[in-house]
Order: sequence, then structure tokens, then C-alpha cells
Amino acid sequence: MTLQTIPITVPPVAYYAISPLLVVLGAACLGVLVEAFLPRHQRWAAQVTLTLLTLVVAGALLGAYASSGAPAATTLSGSLSVDRPTLFMWGTLLAFGLVGVLLIADRSVEPGGAFITDAEGVASGTHAEGVASGTDAGRAAGAASAGGISRAASRVGAGSATSGTSRAGVAVAAPPAGPIPAGTPRNRATAGRAGMRTEVLPLTLFALGGMMSFCAANDLLTMFVALEVLSLPLYLLCGLARRRRLLSQEAAVKYFLLGAFASAFFLYGLALLYGYAGSVKLADISSAAAASQRSDTLLFAGLALLVVGLLFKGSVAPFHTWTPDVYQGAPTSVTAFMAAATKVAAFGAILRVLTIGFGSTRWEWRGVLWAVAIVSMVIGAVIGLTQTDIKRMLAYSSVAHAGFLLVGAIAITQRGLSGTMFYLLTYGFSTIAAFGVVSLVRDADGEATQLSQWAGLAKRSPLVAGVMTFLLLSLAGIPLTSGFTGKFAIFSAAIADGMAPLVVVALIASAVAAFFYLRVIVLMYFSEPSVEGPTVSVPGAFTTAAVTVGVLITLLLGVAPTMALSWAGAGPFVG
Amino acid sequence: MTPTYYLLLSALLFSIGTVGVLVRRNAIVVFMCIELMLNAVNLSLVTFARVNGGLDGQVMAFFVMVVAAAEVVVGLAIIMSIFRARRSSSVDDANLLKY
Repeated sequence: MTLQTIPITVPPVAYYAISPLLVVLGAACLGVLVEAFLPRHQRWAAQVTLTLLTLVVAGALLGAYASSGAPAATTLSGSLSVDRPTLFMWGTLLAFGLVGVLLIADRSVEPGGAFITDAEGVASGTHAEGVASGTDAGRAAGAASAGGISRAASRVGAGSATSGTSRAGVAVAAPPAGPIPAGTPRNRATAGRAGMRTEVLPLTLFALGGMMSFCAANDLLTMFVALEVLSLPLYLLCGLARRRRLLSQEAAVKYFLLGAFASAFFLYGLALLYGYAGSVKLADISSAAAASQRSDTLLFAGLALLVVGLLFKGSVAPFHTWTPDVYQGAPTSVTAFMAAATKVAAFGAILRVLTIGFGSTRWEWRGVLWAVAIVSMVIGAVIGLTQTDIKRMLAYSSVAHAGFLLVGAIAITQRGLSGTMFYLLTYGFSTIAAFGVVSLVRDADGEATQLSQWAGLAKRSPLVAGVMTFLLLSLAGIPLTSGFTGKFAIFSAAIADGMAPLVVVALIASAVAAFFYLRVIVLMYFSEPSVEGPTVSVPGAFTTAAVTVGVLITLLLGVAPTMALSWAGAGPFVG
Repeated sequence: MTPTYYLLLSALLFSIGTVGVLVRRNAIVVFMCIELMLNAVNLSLVTFARVNGGLDGQVMAFFVMVVAAAEVVVGLAIIMSIFRARRSSSVDDANLLKY
């Protein structure tokens, strides 16, 4: 019996085209090595340098490739498609990555940053967590010690007496000696020395690499693997905060369980589409939909399940239930990165799947996505009105914005594509900067995220209040900010594609959403500050840079959007 | 061989997993139900590979297994960390974040 040998032809790889992706993923692996072999005190500087350098190099390679005028092509035997939309989204993601890393790596706003290592900082962290939200924290502490487990008890005992009482549920306003409350001079003095768990930076790079391959993926299997590569580091990043640890871990568990649930749906959709088309390439699915004799049930059940998985990642209602919890619980810098970058990746994938894979059957599914977009805009805008926590409010704002984005995404036209991508760019920068500002407003227990604590902030710090006002106006879509030009691009594309009723709903939803942004502005300017209100930390260079970049680009895209719009509209998807 | 039965079994397993995620309260059990859903999909993939007469589906099943293994690593780490802090892995006890 002889073994049959089948010659294997190696698929050509366009290394230059995918070099930004390779650089980001390679540097992430390098970051893991740095984490393993470098002594602790050198790690922060090394990791930050490595990460920022990576993003700059990847951006330079991307710029060089984009300006070389190379034709759009698929590579790695058709599994990655490097076309103009991909290049635009890669650029957007790298920019968000850069700004996000600046926020994540900052150690000056609170000592050691959100991911502190040393015991002293953690003690003050547990304290902040205990006081975090009166009764809730009390209940958790009760649950922890009610178990009667010696470990929990000894942990409380190890802290100071103050820390112990606060864990038992007594809200302590001004903690005396013991753990150092954030924002005091002594606390500031230790700021530069406190260590930081630097594994967050390689994790961020892995997530970024996953996002980049997610929005470039041209077949569903690559898309699934990229989905996991982007999700798994994000689950971990959400849970790594050392202050308000219970909230952070809870956010991670919720995000993980719901995220894994959604990716199982995505996968079942993939299997059904494979059964229908005999291939998972988007272009093959499209041609099979035109010619196949098989039951359409497989096709549309597959599409529905697939889209559920994608909409979950984009936090489109009714698949948004994780969003407020995770945005609130995760460390603010991670939330900033996640809110902006995950949206780009998710909507990049949605656009590609709907355009290449299902463009030919759009009249069958578009009605359903109309409904989903309306639900998302209404839920985001209406429930956002009732929020009392600013991070949660921004989360519901992101749900509403996901609805607006979906309006652009289901207009399967070139204008819809460029409008949606431009909106992703504008929304991302405004959101990152807004979360950056949120991380600056602090009281003795850490970040003051309750809206009531923001009352009269303009009297304490006119600059921060002014910046926040500008960003909120952009999120609301007021002219001269990028929010307006983004909304204009999307809505005009939708009207051109005959979706006028949907645009009317979208306009009403933006008006409702504008109300809760304005409420914060009114609160900051026209309320009397309370005596024990929060102070505004003086940000270090990194946070300043991140917020400044966000604000400048928000202004720039609002005043002169032409260049970015023409980049976004440079070419169609190539399948 | 009728592939329909295998597909029905796969759909049934997937549904059991879905219901399990929705009704069970222990994070580990919820996670196991998610793994059940992934493996139900593997059965579908292999069946469809047989129907289509290709090997793609079987290779994809291996991809899914690898991804599921990575997910276990991350998932159990997260569940362990919350269990250490709270001495409970019930998803009902984690209720600080709401409204």
C-alpha cells in the first residue's frame, strides 16, 4: 500500500500589507518576554517604551503602505483582506491604541495607576472599595465575612482598624491614618515610586492585534479566532484593577460569561453558514446565496446567530446588557480603550459581513436590523436619562451611538460605509477623552463617578469642566464638534438609501440623548459645589496628552472633516 | 447515514447549553454550559463536513477546541479571582453593579 502524496502549495503572503498587524502581535509576544525576564523596577519603563514604539512603528508602516498606492488585495489564501476600509480602520485602531495606552500607563493621577502592585497602595485600594458605594459594598463585605472563613477575617484584620470598619459597611467620610487616601500630599509623593502591574500593556497589544485582524478578516473562521484574540485580553483587563477590586472582578466575570455566550452563538452561525455554502469565505457565502439549492433556513438562521455575536461585541441593544456593568466596573483607562476600539472592530466586522457576505440578500434581513437599530437608539437614549453614575451614563450613550452606527451600517452603500467608519473615528476620540476626564475627578475614595458629586465642578476647575462640556457636546452632536459631522455623514447616507423614517427616529433619539449630556453640563456649571466634593487631580503628562489629543481631534473633525471623510471613502471592501 | 439526526442532536445540545447558561447560578456550571454549546457546534461542523464532502469542517472543529481551551484558561482565572475575594462563585452574589 502506498501513501498518496498531495503536493501542498504554500499560499503567498503579502508581508508588507499585513506588517502593522505582525508588528503589533510580535511586540505583544515580546512584551510577555519582557514581563518574564526583566527585573520589576525596570519593567514599567521598558513596557511603556516598547508599547508606544510598537504603535508608532505600526502606524508608520501602515502609512507607508497606504500611500504607496498598492491595490486592495486579499492575502494568506484569502483569509485577510487588506483594502482601503481595512487600512482606515487599522489606522483608527492604532490611534485609539496609542491614546488608550497613554491613559492605561499613567501612574500620576493615582499612585501606581489603576494596576498597582505594592501592598500599601492595595491597602488604600481595599479601603476605597469598602466605602465605594455605601450599602452595596457593605453587603458584599457582609457576604465576605458572613462565610465565617478565617481567610476573609484575617484579610480584614491585616488592614488597619479603619479599613476593618469600613468593610463592615460603615461609610467613613474621612479616613484617619493608616491607608493613604488618594489625592493627599503624602499620596502624591509616593506617586512616582509605586509599582504597576505592567502585564496590562502586552494584554492591550494582544487585544489590539485581535481587533485589527477582526475587522480585516475575510472568512468567518479567521473572524472567530480574531474575536477570541480580542476578547480574552479584554476580559482580563477588566478584572485587573486593584482599587475597587470587587467591582472590577464582577465586571470581568459578567463580561466573560456573556462574551463567551455570545461567541458560542457566533460560532453556531458559522457552522450553519458552512453547512449552507460549503465554505466560510464571505464571498463564497454570497455567491452560494445567489445559486444554492439548499434551504434558506440555514442561510438566515446562520446569519441571525452570526449577527447576534457581532452585535453583542458592538454593544447594540438588545444585546447590550453587559455594557453598563462592564464600563462602570472596569478601570476607567481600560473602559476608555475598550469603548472606542471594540466598537471599531465590531462595526468593521459587521460592515464587512453584511456588505460582502450578505449584500445580495439585503432585502431579506434589512427589516430586522431596522428594528434592532431603533431598539438600540431608544434604549440607549431613554435609559441613559435615568443614570446617576457618569460611567454608566457614558455606557448607555455608547448603546445609543451603536444604534446610530447600525443605521449607517445597514445602508449597504459606499456612502454608508464611509459615514460609519468616519463616525467610529469621531465617536472613539470623544469617548476616550471623556473617560480620561472622568478619571481625573476624584475624592478621597478614588474616582468620583456619581453625578451628584460633579455638581459645581466648573467652580473648582473651569478647565476640566470646559473640556468635559466640549466632549459631551460632541457626543450630543452639536455643530463645530466631530459628533455633528459624524451624525451628518451617517444620516445623509441613510436618507440617500431610502431610510428616511429610520433617520427621523435617530434624530429624535439624539435629541433625547442630548438631554442627559446637557444635564451633566448644567450640573457642572449651575449647581453649588458641595463642601466635601471631589477635587480635580492635576494629570500627569500621559493623561494630559491623551485628553488633549482627543479634544483636538474632536475639534478638528468638527471643523475640517473633509480629509478624514475622503480617507474613509477611499475605496470599497474587497472580498 | 442520515446527517439530519446528527444536526438535530447538535441543535439539542446547543439548546441545553443555552438553557443552562440562562438558568444555572454557579459561574463554573454556567461556563460548562458554554463549553457544551461550543462542542455542540463542533458536532455540527463535522456533520456538515461529511455532507459537503470536504475536510474544512473537521479542521474548524480543531480550531474551536483550541479556542475553547484558551477560553478555559482565562475564564477559570477570572472565576478563581472572584471566588477568592468573595468565597462564592454564584453569579447572583456578584451584584454590586446595577442601575
